[in-house]
Amino acid sequence: MPLLRAILIRLATTAVTLLGVAVIVFVVIRVVPGNPIAMMLPPGATEDDIARLTALYGLDKSIAEQFAIWLSGVLRGDFGTSITTRQPVLSLVLGRLPATLELSVLALLIAVLLGGLAALTGTRARGTRAEAAIDIANGMALSVPDFLWGLILILMFGVVWPVFHISGRVSPALDLPFASNFYLFESLVRLRPDLTADLLAHMILPALALALPLAAIIGQLLKQSLKETMHLDYVTLARTKGYGETHVILREALPNAVLPTLTLIGVQFTFLIGGTVIIERLFSYEGLGNMAIDAVINRDLPLIQGIVILFAVIFTAVNLAVDLAYAALNPRLRHG
Amino acid sequence: MAETAAARRPPVGLRLWLSGGWLTLLATAALLAPWIAPHNPLAQDLMLGRLPPVWMEGAEPGYWLGTDSLGRDVLSRLIHGARIALVVALVAGGLTALLGATLGLLAGYLRGRTDGVISRLVDIWMAFPPVLFSILLVAVIGPGLTAIVVAIVLIDWTRFARVVRAEAMAQGAMDYVASAQIAGRSRLSIMLAEILPNVLPTVVVLLTLEMGIAVIVEAILSFVNLSIPTDDPTWGGMIAEGRTSIHQAWWVLVFPLIALFLTVLAFSQLGEGLKDRYDPVLR
Repeated sequence: MPLLRAILIRLATTAVTLLGVAVIVFVVIRVVPGNPIAMMLPPGATEDDIARLTALYGLDKSIAEQFAIWLSGVLRGDFGTSITTRQPVLSLVLGRLPATLELSVLALLIAVLLGGLAALTGTRARGTRAEAAIDIANGMALSVPDFLWGLILILMFGVVWPVFHISGRVSPALDLPFASNFYLFESLVRLRPDLTADLLAHMILPALALALPLAAIIGQLLKQSLKETMHLDYVTLARTKGYGETHVILREALPNAVLPTLTLIGVQFTFLIGGTVIIERLFSYEGLGNMAIDAVINRDLPLIQGIVILFAVIFTAVNLAVDLAYAALNPRLRHG
Repeated sequence: MAETAAARRPPVGLRLWLSGGWLTLLATAALLAPWIAPHNPLAQDLMLGRLPPVWMEGAEPGYWLGTDSLGRDVLSRLIHGARIALVVALVAGGLTALLGATLGLLAGYLRGRTDGVISRLVDIWMAFPPVLFSILLVAVIGPGLTAIVVAIVLIDWTRFARVVRAEAMAQGAMDYVASAQIAGRSRLSIMLAEILPNVLPTVVVLLTLEMGIAVIVEAILSFVNLSIPTDDPTWGGMIAEGRTSIHQAWWVLVFPLIALFLTVLAFSQLGEGLKDRYDPVLR
């Protein structure tokens, strides 16, 4: 079972990576100057109060001891208590995760849609001005990072032509009947188009900002693969059979050209998720990233630790899923 | 058919000239900032707050691009902000290239245990959300230019290390390296005299792209208010201010945004142009 062996090795290296991430964050945030406990107490607090609370959060022990305590807690599902809100880190983080996941997945969908469209139109219009225009648009979208797209979108659709919301996740006046924090998903399942529309009007700009650079990458690579496929014999055969150009591209070339793009999307998706940190800040979107920046500003060590680990888990999980999907989709790996 | 499409694309030369031109203009403005900026970038005058650009009604002559809410001249702040942006681009970009390329070269040429350790580090680094990591580092080191540079170097070295490692491996397997080894040359000498020159074009292209990234990271850190401690003019700080007063004074946001946009575009187009022209590896 070479595949099973490969999976086990991947899982082991993933565990090492996560442990490495945990150690690095742990050490980095504990060399922060300034006692976070002193910051959270009112100005009149005595030295005794500070010492007592420092001991309560375990911050008076050595870093190695603190790490051992933290790690044994994590293995039992306890990520500690947030210093600023005094709530369990795990529930805080899991409460915000759905907002970030929904935003990331929406952005991914937009990116695939736009990128795929650009690649297919570009291939259909090979050698024309339209193709050149698509290439230039692609190049622009690729060179400009999500942070700048976010600002440009805020100006365009928030100020010049104010059709979308530029801050928040949902209009605060709305009465939300949701049982979970997956608002968008629930609004779809519960058939509440009014809520879906409001959520999308908030999410579309941040999602688009995240999506544009990825759309460009998808567009470029998919178009290149399509072009290579278009010269192959079986495509020519389909053409001589009398099939139209659109049919040839969609039915014959696309299925064979799509694999490299799929792998790339997986890797790039982790970059997109990393981008949510600043994009959520820019759009005051109540997700993990926004909470992370607040946690850093407030020196909320357990919360920072929890969020970074969660991001690392998501990244490695996405990479693992991509590798498995690649193995499953690629006939050469499946039979080998 | 592919050839005609390629021919219609703007020629590589034009791209290089345009981006090089903008960056030269910016560098000149940054160098001469104290002499060409019409006002003191820090001077506040609440009587002159939120003046629009000169071509609009209600503008004050001499304040070409208007003023922000504290009455500071936007154009002067933009020109002075270019200094910080370019210093970060050059210093952070250069040091990132140095660290990343060195580690990549060592991993790719020496292989074995060195490669194992460096590759593992790269894996761990890739599992960090980069923006969050940089915010965290700056919060730890304390605000200031040094913190930004250190944060960028510590985060982005993997971009160089990964590419240079692969390239050094490919070069290491070539005949000319084998013959140098047979000739009894030391590993250090082969690495520096044989492999390094061959990976240098790749490093230069990555460096150009990295400079654009550094400018953005500086802006992001200024935006979350962690970059420069005082009210020193930074593009990111101006953008953060402009974001809050976007409905009253759009020009406070728009002009630094345009400057940032053009600069990032210029660095990346310069990199792409150099890649197409000189670098057989990344192309």
